[in-house]
Amino acid sequence: MADVTYTTTATPGEGEDIYAGSYETTEGTIYNLSGGDWDTIEVAPEGEKERLIVNMGPQHPSTHGVLRLILELDGESVTEVRCGIGYLHTGIEKNLEFRSWVQGVTFVTRMDYLSPFFNEAAYVLGVEKLLGIEEQIPERANVIRVMMMELNRVSSHLVALATGGMELGALTAMTFGFRERELVLDLFEMVTGLRMNSAFFRPGGVAQDLPPDAVQTIRETLPLLKKRMKDTTDMLVDNAIWMGRTVDVGYLDLQGCMALGITGPVLRSTGLPHDLRKSQPYCGYETYEFDIPTQTTCDAYGRFLIRIAEMQESLKIVEQCLDRLQPGPVMVEDKKIAWPAQLAIGADGQGNSTDHIKHIMSQSMEALIHHFKLVTEGFTVPPGQVYSAVESPRGELGAHVVSAGGTRPYRVHFRDPSFNNLQATAAMSEGSMVSDVVAAVASIDPVMGGVDR
Amino acid sequence: MPGATPRPFGDGFDEVADEIELSMRDRNLPVDSAVEKIVVDRGEITFHVRREHLLEFARMLRDEPALRFEMCMGVNGVHYPDDQDRELHACYPFLSVTHNRRIRVEVSVPDSDPHIPSIVSIYPSNDWHERETWDFFGIVFDGHPGLTRIEMPDDWVGHPQRKDYPLGGIPVEYKGATIPAPDNRRAYN
Repeated sequence: MADVTYTTTATPGEGEDIYAGSYETTEGTIYNLSGGDWDTIEVAPEGEKERLIVNMGPQHPSTHGVLRLILELDGESVTEVRCGIGYLHTGIEKNLEFRSWVQGVTFVTRMDYLSPFFNEAAYVLGVEKLLGIEEQIPERANVIRVMMMELNRVSSHLVALATGGMELGALTAMTFGFRERELVLDLFEMVTGLRMNSAFFRPGGVAQDLPPDAVQTIRETLPLLKKRMKDTTDMLVDNAIWMGRTVDVGYLDLQGCMALGITGPVLRSTGLPHDLRKSQPYCGYETYEFDIPTQTTCDAYGRFLIRIAEMQESLKIVEQCLDRLQPGPVMVEDKKIAWPAQLAIGADGQGNSTDHIKHIMSQSMEALIHHFKLVTEGFTVPPGQVYSAVESPRGELGAHVVSAGGTRPYRVHFRDPSFNNLQATAAMSEGSMVSDVVAAVASIDPVMGGVDR
Repeated sequence: MPGATPRPFGDGFDEVADEIELSMRDRNLPVDSAVEKIVVDRGEITFHVRREHLLEFARMLRDEPALRFEMCMGVNGVHYPDDQDRELHACYPFLSVTHNRRIRVEVSVPDSDPHIPSIVSIYPSNDWHERETWDFFGIVFDGHPGLTRIEMPDDWVGHPQRKDYPLGGIPVEYKGATIPAPDNRRAYN
């Protein structure tokens, strides 16, 4: 490209648009279009190859958030795809270096906003590994974690179906998907107080115990969720239009997945049953009974089927969690790490437990000092680095957590599956139609909050 | 940070370390000078590899049947301003699906010469990860097909994740009290 020169006329000639003019390069004339001026543009001289470069996004309804796709088109087919990302970069990793270890949870939960519990899990598992307290996490905390993660997998996959359906024109799939997701978000709200970004997992356990009627409510919600999920899937599984848009679209075989580091449903659509919950279990996943759904079609339709099957498996795990929930603590015993207070709902809808406040304010000076130190200063973590990975709905979510021995993380990096998997866009969609790019991206299911962090 | 670990490592890490040493000998890689040290800590093994040998080392990890690390889970920078002449570290987590194993490879370079060979030709998945590490830390990955910024705007000055780059922020006034910006608050480290 070094031999290409650009020459533009300093003053536009008469009748020439200063915003949408043309200029000469050694590669030929380049026309800039800004809309509404198609009639005034000359057709490229005969014999020359016409290339059209289109920016799809960052504000485009079918790019899954602020993803910018730079498409080079030859007619209706795509010859080259590039992704432009970074529009949602918020500097979460940098911010973590200026907060205590516990406050970090509040930041990481906002990365991949559709699967907040997985972000929290990857982070707290890393911190616990650095502290060396993995074995001390109470059973009840682990069961609650698994239950919340699996409910989250359902809600995340429902959005994948909903937005994927919307992007391909199946608007009922969208309304159905978001309606079902609402059921799951109501459960999150009941347990954590927040529908999204709950900051519920803490190093050492979870922020608070389940409310008294939680098990009952979750049990009652599951049949409704199953019934409605069946409606959604029945609508799409054998739907000729849906299949026409997704079968053999976004093809990426096992070799491609391995080279591009792809994990999650995209990898499992090539037939490889790779799932960290089975191969490198955490939070006690090895004790649950569930299957890893796979397909061998390597296409968008296969990934869609996998997501549906995974939701069923997740509900199976949630049922097992409900059965094995036994009363007990939800935080490690070590008082140097465990958050001192339980939360309680006061008259204003928030607050610490009144018993705890009574204890520190009128009974024990030491307890007050302890509370104050742990909340303002936080605990220290011995120096070292760990990489903790969990199987998020989109693939391997890894957290590289480095401690220099202080009360704040030295460096935290998230290997987000959306970030990595988006690299497959070009391999999946070059040579296909523009409309298939949308289907391919939808089958990757990227979440830009996770991509840009 | 934890220093070099003497053998035996335990936890099955001796096995992978032996296989790597054998494969290095097969490929005429100098074992003693290519691998600076091996650290086993908190159930993870880290090979500190010199940058001159990183390409061959990565190719070996991918191709040797006994190793078969099919996937590189990216690269991540860490900035240690006090680590003289090894200020910038790049950490590569590798995953072998076949052997269900993980290792970490760490490469350290001085701030004055922040060059590391790109492994994109061996692990294409590292394309965006290396761009991100360049963007945030200023580590130059030589041989990368298009090393441009990925998260920050193209015309951004500086590399935000380095320790000498300030967080920024403004003090916030709340009910008469002023709360300083996060990087000016009291630190207990």
